[in-house]
This record gives sequence, structure tokens and C-alpha cells, in this order.
Amino acid sequence: MSDAPAQDWSRWRPAPLLPRRDGRDGSLVFVVAVLCFLACIAVFAALAADRAARGWGEELAASATVQVRPRAGQTDSEAAALAAEALAGVKGVSEASTLDREDAARLLEPWLGHGEMPEDLPIPRLVAVDLDPAAPATAAQLNAALAAAGVDAIVDDHSRWLTEVQRAGALARAAALGAGALVAAAAAAVIAFATRAGLAARREVVEVLHLTGAVDSFVADLFQRRFAALAARAGLYGALAAVISAGLVRLLGGSEGFTPALPLAWTDLLAALPCPLLAAIVAAAAARHTAISLLRTQT
Amino acid sequence: MRYGRAPEVLRDLSFSLAPGSFHFLTGASGAGKSSLLRLIYLAQRPSSGLITLFDRDVATTPRNELPWLRRRIGVVFQEFRLLEHLSAFDNVALPLRIAGQKPDEYRADVAELLAWVGLGARMEAMPQTLSGGEKQRLAIARAVVAKPDILIADEPTGNVDAEMALRILRLLVELNRLGTTVLIASHDQELVRRSGAPVLHLVDGQLTS
Repeated sequence: MSDAPAQDWSRWRPAPLLPRRDGRDGSLVFVVAVLCFLACIAVFAALAADRAARGWGEELAASATVQVRPRAGQTDSEAAALAAEALAGVKGVSEASTLDREDAARLLEPWLGHGEMPEDLPIPRLVAVDLDPAAPATAAQLNAALAAAGVDAIVDDHSRWLTEVQRAGALARAAALGAGALVAAAAAAVIAFATRAGLAARREVVEVLHLTGAVDSFVADLFQRRFAALAARAGLYGALAAVISAGLVRLLGGSEGFTPALPLAWTDLLAALPCPLLAAIVAAAAARHTAISLLRTQT
Repeated sequence: MRYGRAPEVLRDLSFSLAPGSFHFLTGASGAGKSSLLRLIYLAQRPSSGLITLFDRDVATTPRNELPWLRRRIGVVFQEFRLLEHLSAFDNVALPLRIAGQKPDEYRADVAELLAWVGLGARMEAMPQTLSGGEKQRLAIARAVVAKPDILIADEPTGNVDAEMALRILRLLVELNRLGTTVLIASHDQELVRRSGAPVLHLVDGQLTS
């Protein structure tokens, strides 16, 4: 009956029902890898923006600036010293120190330029107050202490700047995440396009599968698995490229990351880890949806 | 039956195939044989008329139920339509994989069937390396592996010599003896004559026998 030689079944596996290789695979992997790279960079940027905004916020929240106005018969240095002394005793203040005229002039340099200030230029005397980060003193407490010491002063607790910084941080995060979402949508569109092309190129195979009794989901599974595997590979390449690029920038940027404005931590690079999985999920969903939609238009 | 706005290719046909019967379908090229077979193996829906298959009206059967009807029909296509990227073994195993069988469940059956059609030594061969006759037998093996209730064969001996044609006919007759309803479209008058089976003859889209 049998003319078959002894078959070694131990190593035999059923072959994939779609051809293993397609001439377009290379281009598709490249495009999806680039998209994954951009998505990872967007996520790194979001994390760095978040860290920067939090850092600036903490810095602003942990300090206050007091502008002292000397009373009649009082030099501005005396008024500043009196204010610093009064503030140092307030609960929630770690340190209060006066800024001398040179320090104050340095703060004005961005507006007045570098160089000698005219002697008669009225430069406000400032007291820098470091607050206890755990339980910072409020502006009301600082005002009360200054009033009790008889110092005429304006307290700036940086709350206005804090709100601005937080808003800018949230905006940067949203922009980066929006860019990531757009990139994911672009990847899904590319996969959908590739699935259509794949179905068209494999029309003969698909028709034989159908006529042999395959249901739509069986055929869609084949395309779904194929494109998920391709996208996972592309996601791995894209994530690796993003990690290497960001790692290099981190190394070159020193301990503060990209730049002092966008501090990226080494641990932030771990955010690229889910990229291959997410790419595979997006690709699988796009391929399945496209394949099922197309198959339903057939007999 | 018509394709789009083209003239009718089949009209006024009325016949039935009894379970377990064996028929030939003959007619000149363009008479409508392949169109009729496409209707029977559910590659096409009729543009009008009634086709009942397994007690179901083909025209009104929902699309998502057609795969289960198709699994009861084995088809030997005129151009074989073997999947070129699959080995002979994987081509024959295809209907069983689609039906959800695991490799352990179908391995022995597929190997035995390949041996039965004389391809036991070529299980790993790719279709493009097979001769016309080998492809034909491989296509037949794929069509019958799931033990279909109906076997449709479109010119199954069109690409082989007379000796191979006879061998294939014997194979189909043996399947029919096992209970499968067989309908074979063929130009080969000698084969039809030797089989002694009833003939449905198509002329210009109408049955004349």
C-alpha cells in the first residue's frame, strides 16, 4: 500500500499557510520601525518634559522671594537684614538670606544688560527664602512675620510661575503623547494598506482556502499573525534605535540628560520595552479589521 | 446564470444528483461546464433559479454558513490550484487544518492517502517540482482527504496521458464506492465511454441528454 520511506515526524511542523516571505516585507518593516522609533522618542520627550516640569515646580514651590521697602530712616540693607531675621524664625522656612546689591543687579542682567549699573538706579533689595519642602510656610505666614517685625515688604511665593510651569509641563506631555498616538495611527494605516496589498497578492491562496471551507476569521488570523510578527520585529528595531539614540544623547548631555531643560533618566529608556508588543497589537488589530472587511465583500 | 450584464451562460437547467451517484458532465469548451461546477462547489451564487445542496437553498444560505457546506464538498480544480509554497503533504493536509484538526490527528491519514495516490515518496516535494500527473493526483488527494459527501472534478484527466487518466478514473470510482457522490467534467469521450457512468451533456448552457 505505502510507497513512502520512513518519515521522521519528530521534527516535522506544518508549514505556514501564507508564504513565509513577501518582497514587500523589508520596506514594511523599515517603515513601521521608523514609526516605532518616532513613537519611542515622543514618549522619551514626554517623560523628560514631565520630569523637567516636576523639577521646576518643586524648585519654585520650595522657595519664595521677598522684596523689601525700607521705611523712613532705614537703609535698605538694614531693612533687608531685619526681614531675613524675621523670616528665618518662621516655621516652614529653612533659610532666609539677603541678596546684596550685586546679586540683585545680576538678576536684572537679562533685562538691563551686562555692565556697571548707575549708582542712583533704585534696585530692589531682595531676601531669598528657602522653604521646608515637607511643610513649606505659606505666603500668609511670611507676610504675618514681616508685619510683626515692622518690615514693609512684598512676598512672592512663586505660585503664579508654578501654575505656568505646571501648565507648560502638561502641554508638553500632551503634545508628546499626541504625537505618539498619531504615529500609532500612521502605523495602523500602513499595516492596513499592507494587508490589502497582501490579500490582493494572495487572492489565489485566499480563494483556495475559502473554497476548502475556511471561515473569514481563519483567513484573517493568517494575516493578523503575519503582520503582528512583522510589526513586533519592526517595533524591536525601532525601540532599539530609539534607546541607542536617547542613550547617546544622555551620555553626551551629562548627568542632566538631554539638556538641563529636558532631563532624561536612564530608567526612562525602559519605556521603550513595550514597543514591540504594542506594535504587534496595533498591527494585529489593523490587519484583522482590514482582512475581515475585505473578505466580507467576497462571495 | 450570468456574470454581471453578460449573456446567460446557463439557463433552464434542472437535474439532481442522488447521494452516492457517479456522473460525467460533458460539453464543448464554453458550453458552461465550469460555470455549473462553480455553482455546485459554491464559488458562485446563481443569478436566478434554485440550487439545493444538502437540503439548503444556496442562494439564500447566509454567507457565514457557506464554509460548513464547502467542507462537505471536495473539488479538483481544472488548473489544480495547489498552493505552491506548501509541500505535497501540507497541500493535502489543508482541508483538515482548516477543519481544525491538529497535526497529530491528521498526519497518519495524510501520509496514507498520499501513498494511496502513489505520492508516498514525494510528500516533501513542492508542487512546482511535480509532473502534471503527480499534481493531478495531489489535487485529488486534497479533494478527498476530508471524506467529502460530494466530489467535483473539473477535467481531472486533462493534463495526463491515457494510462494516467484511466488510473485517476479508477481512483474516483473507488471513492464513489466508498459513498462519495462524484461529478466529473470531462472532454475525454473515451474515458466517459469506458466508465459507463450517466452523462449530463451541456450545449450552450442547456442540458441536452
